[in-house]
Amino acid sequence: MAHAYTSKEMMALTAGRLVKNGDVLFAGTGLSMLAAAVAKRIHAPQSVVFFETGGIDPALKELPLAVADPRVMAGTCMNSGLLDAFSLLGHRRLRTIAFLGAAQIDPFGNINSTCLGDYHRPKVRFPGCGGACDAASLAFGVIIFMQQEKKRFVEKVDYLSSVGWLKGGNSRRQAGYKRGGPIAVVTNLGVMKFDEQSRRMYLAACYPGVSPAQVAENTGFDLDLTRAGESAPPSQEELTILRREVDPQRLILGPAPE
Amino acid sequence: MSASIDLKDKLMSAEEAVRRFVKDGDMIALGGFTVNRNAMVIAREIIRQGRRELHLVMHSHGQAMDILVGAGVVSRLELAYGGTGRFAPTGIRFRKAVQAGQVQVEDYSNFQMSLRFLAGALNLPFIPSCSGFESDVLNREGFGPELRGRGRIPSRKAIITDNPFSPDREPVVLLPALAPDVALIHAQFVGEDGTVRIKGLTFLDIEQAKAASRVIVTCEEVVPSTFLRQDPDQNSLPPFLVDAVVLAPFGAHPTACHYFYDYDPRHLNMYRQVAGDDNDFRTYLKEWVYGVADQEAYLAKVGVSDLMRIKANSSVGYAPGLDRR
Repeated sequence: MAHAYTSKEMMALTAGRLVKNGDVLFAGTGLSMLAAAVAKRIHAPQSVVFFETGGIDPALKELPLAVADPRVMAGTCMNSGLLDAFSLLGHRRLRTIAFLGAAQIDPFGNINSTCLGDYHRPKVRFPGCGGACDAASLAFGVIIFMQQEKKRFVEKVDYLSSVGWLKGGNSRRQAGYKRGGPIAVVTNLGVMKFDEQSRRMYLAACYPGVSPAQVAENTGFDLDLTRAGESAPPSQEELTILRREVDPQRLILGPAPE
Repeated sequence: MSASIDLKDKLMSAEEAVRRFVKDGDMIALGGFTVNRNAMVIAREIIRQGRRELHLVMHSHGQAMDILVGAGVVSRLELAYGGTGRFAPTGIRFRKAVQAGQVQVEDYSNFQMSLRFLAGALNLPFIPSCSGFESDVLNREGFGPELRGRGRIPSRKAIITDNPFSPDREPVVLLPALAPDVALIHAQFVGEDGTVRIKGLTFLDIEQAKAASRVIVTCEEVVPSTFLRQDPDQNSLPPFLVDAVVLAPFGAHPTACHYFYDYDPRHLNMYRQVAGDDNDFRTYLKEWVYGVADQEAYLAKVGVSDLMRIKANSSVGYAPGLDRR
């Protein structure tokens, strides 16, 4: 049975499905909070969410709108600070998965959240890397949210805020990183993953009703389409939990489907 | 700084605290984080007193940073993130000032800035890290050679070298310590001896305060020393590190203060609107900064109904069900 849903709902649920039970999730603002909260409520009840500000395993009865929202401090196992959060992020005992978003991404999952144009006199200034550079450096794995547009999926990012697979192949390890790297890119059209050898992005799945050609049209570099499957549509249970429990005010989900 | 532990010498108005402890050109560490515990009373007072050419240092900052930049009192920033989460994913005045070339920016990551404050707090010259190899955060310098090595600006942004303890010559990043002139902290409680207690997440406030030469703390309540000494595990800073204490109820408004009040979505949304237009922003400063002599006048302008709307519930520390659209 088909249900009406928005691409934001699909993105949050798709990213949530990538979470394994027991993962330690490093969440940022926006969609990543939805993904983490929904995964925890549906299939990964033993996963733990923590924030770079130091809130560890909050109850998340209400959706935080920033990583310093007082809602990340309520019902936690403990409240700490940034240094404690970063000690968890890179901890060798933990499978930490970080959710990141960005303005630009290249074929190897390197992302830009700093500026467009010249760094010293940018055309557009963004907030900066925040903790994303650190998450991309230290976490076990990274899931990236993007809007799929040609101007965002680019051959070369204007500013490399947070490192992915760098130049592909073994280059990330050679640069000094001991682990990590992007696992998936979740967009409004589908899911991209990275080849095990070349570490170049390929289309792994399209959302229902989206064609691989449509994804390619909205990507500014060559994308391997040969491995593309189709994502399952959201179930009624997923949508109900997302809408009623996780974001009832639609603070991040935005307008409801028509 | 005196080692006095009598609050009488330190309790003062925001006006006096800024007049005595914030100078033109100072490097100022902003405590709090995006929408939480910004020392807004001091930020507004700095603008009123017309301080100039300030150098702000922070990890991720929002409202205090944005209003200081917007008021034109800032020349330079070192930061990881400038915004207030969903309310302004990029600080509006920050973005405008950077794009117009009115401020110079040096980008670091949150972990890197945290380590730099920690190094300052421990009086170390630099600190190693393993974050950001091959990123532009390390490869590109925001501050030009004309600034490097002058005053409190380190000669290099970062240095990548080999770990001297490793036979494998693995790379390591060395980051320069930060030793700001002043740290601005907003806390829930200060004891009558000057002891500081921050509730909820402390972010990096403790290290920022310890790294600074002078510390201004604004607080929701001044409480008897015995109240804080009954449970000293909860305390954040000893009295002798604090130079000025300013009693400032709702002192972080429109940002949040755990167990006291939530952030104010109406004010933050209104700010986002006015900050986008130069004239509207000037009017905002006139009304909300220059036009209010002190915190009492400011709160009267916010109004009882909005203050009651954001009042925190003691069971969770925020305002449950607050309309945050």
